[in-house]
Amino acid sequence: MEKEFIITIFSENTVGLLSQITTVFTQRNINIESITASESALKGIYKHTIMVKNDPEKVANLVKQIEKKVDVLKAFCYSPSEVVLQELALYKVQRSRNVEELVRKHNVRILDIHDDYIVLEKTGHREEIVDLYHMLKPYGIYQFVCSGQIAIIKSKRELLDEYLSYVNEKHKRMIENNEI
Amino acid sequence: MKSSFHTEVETPKKDLPRISGSEAVIRSFLAEGVETIFGYPGGAIIPVYNALYDYRDKINHILVRHEQCAIHAAQGYARATGRTGVCIVTSGPGATNTVTGLADALLDSTPIVLISGQVASSTLGTDAFQEINFIEITQSVTKWNCQVKRAEDIPAAIAKAFYIASTGRPGPVVIDITKDAQAGFAEFEYNPVKFIRSYQPYPEVDNDQIMEAVRLINFARKPMALIGQGVILGGAEQELKEFLEKSGIPAASTLLGLSALPTDHPQYVGMLGMHGNYGPNIKNKDCDLLIAIGMRFDDRVTGDPSNFGINAKVIHLEIDPAEVNKIIYADVPVLGDVKQTLPLITKHISKKDHSEWLNEFRVCYNIEREDIIEPAIARRGPHLRMGEVVDAVSKEFDDAILVTDVGQQQMFASRYFRFKQSRSIITSGGLGTMGFGLPAAIGAKIGTPEREVCLFVGDGGLQMTLQELGTIYQSEVGVKIILMNNGFLGMVRQWQELFYDKRYSFTELTNPDFEFIAKGNHIPYRMVDKHEDLADAVKEMHQTKGAFLLEVRVEREENVFPMVPAGAPVTDIRLE
Repeated sequence: MEKEFIITIFSENTVGLLSQITTVFTQRNINIESITASESALKGIYKHTIMVKNDPEKVANLVKQIEKKVDVLKAFCYSPSEVVLQELALYKVQRSRNVEELVRKHNVRILDIHDDYIVLEKTGHREEIVDLYHMLKPYGIYQFVCSGQIAIIKSKRELLDEYLSYVNEKHKRMIENNEI
Repeated sequence: MKSSFHTEVETPKKDLPRISGSEAVIRSFLAEGVETIFGYPGGAIIPVYNALYDYRDKINHILVRHEQCAIHAAQGYARATGRTGVCIVTSGPGATNTVTGLADALLDSTPIVLISGQVASSTLGTDAFQEINFIEITQSVTKWNCQVKRAEDIPAAIAKAFYIASTGRPGPVVIDITKDAQAGFAEFEYNPVKFIRSYQPYPEVDNDQIMEAVRLINFARKPMALIGQGVILGGAEQELKEFLEKSGIPAASTLLGLSALPTDHPQYVGMLGMHGNYGPNIKNKDCDLLIAIGMRFDDRVTGDPSNFGINAKVIHLEIDPAEVNKIIYADVPVLGDVKQTLPLITKHISKKDHSEWLNEFRVCYNIEREDIIEPAIARRGPHLRMGEVVDAVSKEFDDAILVTDVGQQQMFASRYFRFKQSRSIITSGGLGTMGFGLPAAIGAKIGTPEREVCLFVGDGGLQMTLQELGTIYQSEVGVKIILMNNGFLGMVRQWQELFYDKRYSFTELTNPDFEFIAKGNHIPYRMVDKHEDLADAVKEMHQTKGAFLLEVRVEREENVFPMVPAGAPVTDIRLE
């Protein structure tokens, strides 16, 4: 049965890495629901967050194929309950009294104000962003953009740390044994 | 404003010789111990060829006739020698011509380093002459690839390429070097790569997995070992033998695993898969334990995977974690190099005798011998047949390397050729590349000049890479070519006969005169079409020094049996 999964991928920052990763999806005909990528808090390591909807077995195999890529350090797969998810959306809407009420009610930030439109920012879950979109729609949305979801896992430490300490240990051992 | 979370650290520079990027390519090859490269020059790689000119006494360059064959030859070389095959080609068409070979090498886990020329970095992305985005194109057919745009980055990229290509599960790697990087000058220092933090090619062996495997093996009543190419790639032939001899377990081989165990080993029960032997297929449902050793459950081996080993637990010894649970669920995965994991299992299992169970395979073999093997290799009917030819060649050439093309001759050859030592079969298993045979045989012979190399090829496959007869002449490559000429694309014709109402849609070939073609390339030639001349013709081929083309006019409509229909359970194997 299809379920939602959040795949986080830690990689080196090499040219074409994103296309290496997306190849794994296209080859298996798995659609990417959303994707974000940025430098992580660890030096030189990039973090990609990809949302998919598919059966668990297929996703498990997919994650192994991603991890097999030489420039990928580690890939993890989570169900939505294991992570804190957040997404950011920008709405450019027509100014009106009703919109200002929605802004107060939904805790929306105003980024820019013009004579005939305002730019609103909403962060939250996908559902909240979609709900707000539908509420704003009757008053005229000129433009809309959202970021794709980012995620942080609920366990205290980044799981990548375990992998990094394993490889660092190994590297140290190899130097000590004059293997490199 | 800070754009990064981190600060950069400058590394001090050493005093080193300055050489061109092109020379750095060649000197990096030498540092990796490369003796032979296969290639084809062109505009964007001329600087590297210019540097190579000064190193002709140190590196043997084989000039092929088409870039596809440069990589197939490198594959043949790699699989015969166990070393990394190296090729160089130019940008654009030179590069794209190698894509089939890269895909073939990826599926069959062959270590290849391919250097492709690229237009100057200033013209990248402008649709320059012979420019193609080769990195993007080869993304899904390489283990790793990268583009180099500065001379100073060349040695490190090549060092990384050799390490990645040859370690773990081997595969092809592409280094795309722009022309200005080849022409530029930089300090040269070569440091072989032995560690990449994002790439851990050898999984840590898990002792719990080993002990769990041992427990299953000790309790199994009807176990079967499935030998894959992982045994050969890991150099674990001896470890396999010791495991089998202590456990007493019957062993079958995949197509690529052939020759890991000698054909006459008492526990060897034959080849798995679509055209494999009767026993290992029909007994699949009787097995209570399958021990997969360095193999990946290709669909040609499993048939319908949901019916594969339905009564068996599965132990999967595998170096590539992505292969575990991909097709067949492993009750006990044993991750690691089989050279490391097999002895650990052997050490702990109890010595056993499975002769009764082994005997069941012998019964199956006797049925197959009577119904299939003897009729296939006997002198029967008015025409020569492929099995008979393979048998005759195998008898005359004791312990040769078998190279095949793809199709009926591939299956006849792998069924009836006898193997004595490892690395004796080179065939395109995963990709099934017609035209692979001739160039792969060239590479195999160049890599192992001390061994005889026998190529079985059909009239269709030979004509796909026929131009390489020119390479054989120019580079004096002593390949023995056995052309099985039936005037058909035989395997497709067989499917058309069995599954498409004998509608032979575009499978019949009107062939050229192969004698003229052989003679035109100065290759000794003989044609044989009678049973009584076969042995003599094969002998003449053996006694002729250097290359030989033996054209065998075989029966036009012969079928390969046994056969598991595509997608059917392996136990549906048909003897006719």
